Formats: sequence, structure tokens, C-alpha cells
Amino acid sequence: MTTTVTPQQGLDPAVRLDLYRTMVLVRTYEMAILREYHADKGPGFDIGKGLIPGEMHLAAGQEPVAAGVCAHLTGDDAVTATHRPHHFAIAHGVDLERMTAEIFGRETGLGRGRGGHMHLFDPDVHFSCSGIIAEGYPPALGQAFAFKRRGTDRIAVAVTGEGASNQGAFHESLNLAALWDLPVVFVVEDNKWGISVPRSASTSVPSNADRAAAYGIPGVRVEGNDVDAVHEAAGELVARARRGEGPSLLEVETLRLLGHFEGDAQGYRPELADVEGEDPIPRYEARLTEAGLLDGATREQVAAEATARVEAAIAFAKDSPLPDPAQATRYVFAEEGSR
Amino acid sequence: MTTTAAPTTRRLNTSKAMAEAIAQEMRANPEVFYMGEDVGPYGGIFGSTTGLFEEFGPSRIIDTPISETAFVGLGIGAAVEGMRPIVELMFADFMGVCLDQIYNHMAKIHFESGGNVKVPMVLTTAVGGGYSDGAQHSQTLWGTFAHLPGMKVVVPSNPADAKGLMTSAIRDDSPVVYMFHKGVMGLPWMAKNRRSVDVVPEGEHVVPIGRAAVAREGTDVTVVTLSLSVHHALDVADTLAEDGISVEVIDLRSLVPLDREAVLSSVAKTGRLVVVDEDYLSFGLSGEIVASVVETDPSLLRAAPKRVAMPDSPIPYAHVLEYAVLPLHDRIEAGIREVLA
Ligand SMILES: Cc1ncc(C[n+]2csc(CCOP(=O)(O)OP(=O)(O)O)c2C)c(N)n1
Repeated sequence: MTTTVTPQQGLDPAVRLDLYRTMVLVRTYEMAILREYHADKGPGFDIGKGLIPGEMHLAAGQEPVAAGVCAHLTGDDAVTATHRPHHFAIAHGVDLERMTAEIFGRETGLGRGRGGHMHLFDPDVHFSCSGIIAEGYPPALGQAFAFKRRGTDRIAVAVTGEGASNQGAFHESLNLAALWDLPVVFVVEDNKWGISVPRSASTSVPSNADRAAAYGIPGVRVEGNDVDAVHEAAGELVARARRGEGPSLLEVETLRLLGHFEGDAQGYRPELADVEGEDPIPRYEARLTEAGLLDGATREQVAAEATARVEAAIAFAKDSPLPDPAQATRYVFAEEGSR
Repeated sequence: MTTTAAPTTRRLNTSKAMAEAIAQEMRANPEVFYMGEDVGPYGGIFGSTTGLFEEFGPSRIIDTPISETAFVGLGIGAAVEGMRPIVELMFADFMGVCLDQIYNHMAKIHFESGGNVKVPMVLTTAVGGGYSDGAQHSQTLWGTFAHLPGMKVVVPSNPADAKGLMTSAIRDDSPVVYMFHKGVMGLPWMAKNRRSVDVVPEGEHVVPIGRAAVAREGTDVTVVTLSLSVHHALDVADTLAEDGISVEVIDLRSLVPLDREAVLSSVAKTGRLVVVDEDYLSFGLSGEIVASVVETDPSLLRAAPKRVAMPDSPIPYAHVLEYAVLPLHDRIEAGIREVLA
């Protein structure tokens, strides 16, 4: 049941431009957060300081995965993401302003400043994420279970990194979803590193598609961090889940363009010098340009639109009030009047 | 009761002191090895294995997959066979994914075997907040480990104790959970308390497990605390000394076994008790300390005791919210003034 998808060129031009737009929006966002994150960490680097304190895991380089998968989803479908969640959040249509406000720890944030960048919850589009590795898989089963019970064709997409594929929760989830035929697409982002540990030192098989086979579900691996190929593979898996044909797994070879988290010097990473040359966005631009779908003016327009949206979201966050310290322990339990 | 090989003025940060104890034990005993996520070339996310990979190589400083149940369990099995594994759980918050191996196996095998099977293993783990790492990466949870019988629990607050307690933990024939607060490690990328770099004995250095330390002597009030909060309490004691208030600070260093004697003798002297705990308020350490005093002799207390702890709420991300719930200087000072009022 293991298939390896190679890039194809037959995709609708409008779809390809949309994929491009999503990737540019994500990249613009990640670079703006990078800028804001480091703006006031000094002197030196103090992780707890600044307008955005705490850990920061950026997804630059992994845009093709989120763009290619989420193109097949609507806000009625669920996505459970990881500690590196921004690309999936944006591609799935999470409210950009409230997400940004959350990252800035503001009262207007998705979690009123309680959650932070690893804990974004947007019930409007059934989006969530977790800082505990692989622990986003099990809740996706439950969302899929609810969608199926209610007789809808909604599905859940559960995301992890390749490092997470060695957790018990990953394997238990594949088995249970297969056993109960749940409409889940499991996505594995293989950026080849789990912090400082390379895939070769963490994972016993070269493809997680093989592990899908062990649970009797289709497994597909897409090489080359290619958004068109991701789009094609995900399209089939999402469609079969919607048809009630059960779960599947999609592993995508992708790229961690930056450190594991900000402040990571990446001394352990021998291929660091090559990383920039593998950036999927310039490569996609070149392909679209070659296909006659993108010219300089469109490129500029896409970039300008992305910048405007991202900077508006950041301005919204910065203009928003901080939470009231007197309310620090509110929202532990459900209360009347809260959503 | 700290044994020191030679007088020294050499200063280390806590993470290097911890790594030094590991290195010394590894040189002396080939059965000792260290295993966990990013403990190899990276040197541990919080510096716990700084320099060890370079000296001992990948067969004894071992990077694992993100499979805590499997590698914590592997440590247990190796310990059962007489090795001395040190297994790192990157954050104590991640206990959830491997708790069964910890509390139903590591902690119970010796008992269930009627004392016939030993598990001489150390589980190291980073704890604590204060840098906006959110609800899943900021907990201390030592009360939870200490509540579950069968494992010793040590919590160093300074470089010398980090070394001495690590030496004891590795040599102990029982499982020891060694919990290091990120804020005491002296990391270059996090706010440091000024005592996170301090004098550390160079040779063999042993701090026995189960003995508290008097971090500061005083006569008016006893502050019982541990880990990073020791430093906050010491700072407050400095401030209050200017007002003529004499604060005694007890650094528990171990939760299991708990040095109740040290608490009682201090409270017998001061008659007043404040417990400062970065763990959740209810059902935990702070209640245990108060109960230890009250059960033994309620007349020792001249005023109701006060607990300054993390409220019973997940730890919020936003800086202003997190600093409202952490047991920091203002709250400690207010607690002390309250029991003195
Ligand atoms: C249960 C658990 N163990 C360890 C960690 C610490 N940790 C955070 S991210 C990470 C690496 C994850 O690698 P991968 O799944 O490949 O995702 P990537 O970071 O590459 O996106 C680790 C070990 C954690 N958050 N949760």
C-alpha cells in the first residue's frame, strides 16, 4: 500500500497560485515573528524576555506540507498540529489577528494569553495544537469519531514530525483509527531532525508509509518538499476519508530552514550550509514562472498582500491589552457565559 | 554533612557541576551511562550533559528517539541487570507519556520482588517556569513524584549540591528522581539567579540524600523551600534583615526522604513557618510540611503557618499572568509579614 508520489505538473493553474499564496503568507508570517521575537531579547539572549517570550518553533521551509494538505479542507474539518503550528494554523484559516495576539500574550488572543504559541485553539475552524510530542494524534481520532457519528463527511487531519512517529501515541492512534475506520489523515512532516537528533538515529524505517502498512492503512510518502505533489497525494487521501473509506498516512519530506527553536545554534547540523539552497519557495516561484503562471508583478502583489495581512495582525496584537494579572487563574473550569 | 575532598575556590554553574559528577562517576564505574533526548552532541537542552559526549562518546552518552516509555523502561531493565543508567526526561511535564514505567515499574519493582530486585537508576528531569514556556513546559511536579512511593526525589538549588546529590543519586541502590530547575542551571540564555555560579568542590563530592540544609540562619521565622525558590527566599531574607526581621531559610534538597527533623528544629526555634513551593498548592509538598509540624507538636507554632505556592491552575503563558502565579519575592515577603503580624 506504500506509494511514493513524484511531482507532477498537471495541476490547475489557479490552484497552484493559491498554493503559492498560502506559502508566501506563511513565510511572511514566520519571518515577521522571527523579527518580533528577537527584537527585544537582549542584552544577550534571554528567552523569557520581550514582547514574545518563551520558546519559538518556526515552520519556515515546511510551507509545502501545510499548503498542500489544507487546500483540501474547509473550516468544518479538524486539524491537530504540533509545537511548530503556525503554518498549519494559517493554511487552515485560523484567525490571524487573534493567533498573533495569542503569541504576543494578549487578552484578545485565541487563548486570552493563557496558551501561547504552542497552544493555539481556534474552535471556529476546529484547530488545535500541543507542545507534547505526538499527543495531537489521539484527539484527532475523537474529532473524526464525532464527525462520523453525526453522519457528516467532515474529516480530521493530525500532524506530527518524523521524530514523533516513534511515540506510543502515534502507533496507538494509527491502530485505533484503522480498527474503527475513522476519517483521519495522519500527516508526518519529515524535516529530518528532531531537535538535534537526525532521522537516521531515531527511526527504524526509511518511510513512515511502511508503518501505515503495518496497521493496514494506505501510506504515501512524498519526496522533495514539493507542494504540487503534496497537494495531489493529500487530495486522494482526504477524498477517501470523506467517502468513508477510512484513515491513511501521508509522510512528506520537508525542510527545517531555521533552528529547532529560536536560539538553537545548530552546531550539530552538518548540512546547514546547503539549507538555504533547498528553500521550497524560490524553487516553486521558478517553476511557476517557467510555466508562465507567475511574473514579477504578480509576485510583488502576492508579497505585498501577505505583508499587509501579517503586519496588520502584528499591529492588532501590539495594540491589544495585556491580560489582567488578577484574572490569572480564571478559565480553569467551565463557567457560565464563557463560550 | 557534606564531605569535601579538598578546599577549593573554583566556581561552576549548576549544569557544569551536575555534568562533573556524572563524568567522575562514569570514569570510576563502567556500568554508568546517560541516555535521553538531545543529550549527545547537543549536551542536553538545559546543559545537563555539557562536555560528556566529547569525553565518553555515543556508546555511553546516548541520544534516544522520542520514545520515553521505551527508553525509561530500557533504563529500568538495564538497572535490574546491574547497570547504573541515568535517564533524562527532558521536561518533568513529559512524565505523562511514560508515567507507567516510572511509578508502576521503576518505583515498585524492589517492593514487589520482596527486596530481591534492585533498580539503581537515576531519572533526571528539568522543572520549573518563569520564562513563558506555557502550561505544558513550566511545571515542577515534584510533589507528584514524591507522592508516589518507591522513588527518592532530590531537588538541588545550587552548583555544589547539584554535584553532591548527583554523586549520591548514581551510587544509590534505589531509583532516584533528580529534578533540576532550569532557573538554577546558570544557562547563558535564561535569566540567572546570582548564586547559579558558585564554588564547587573539585574531587569527589557527596551530599547525602535526605538531609536539608540551613541556607540562612535566622530567629524570627522559618521559610521552608527548595530549588529556585531558595534563592527568592534568600533575597527576601536580605531585604527583611534591613527591617530587623531575621529569616531562617531551609533548603529541603530532598523530598524523599524528607528531612522533617530539620524543619521541626527550625520551627521549634522560630515558632513561625512559611512554606514556599513552586509546585501546585493543594495536595502537595506545602501541605506535607505543615502537616509534619502540626502532627508532631502544634504548640511549636506561635502563628498560623502560611503557604506561598503555585495556585491550583495550569501555568499561563503571558508574562504578566505567569508572574502573578509564581511564588516570587512579593508574595514571599507578604507571607512572611503575615505570619509575623
Ligand atoms: C513527549 C515529549 N518529549 C519530548 C519533547 C521535547 N521536544 C519538543 S520538539 C522535539 C522534537 C520533535 O521532533 P519532530 O517530531 O521531528 O518535529 P520537529 O520539531 O522536527 O518539527 C522534542 C524532542 C516534547 N515536547 N514532548
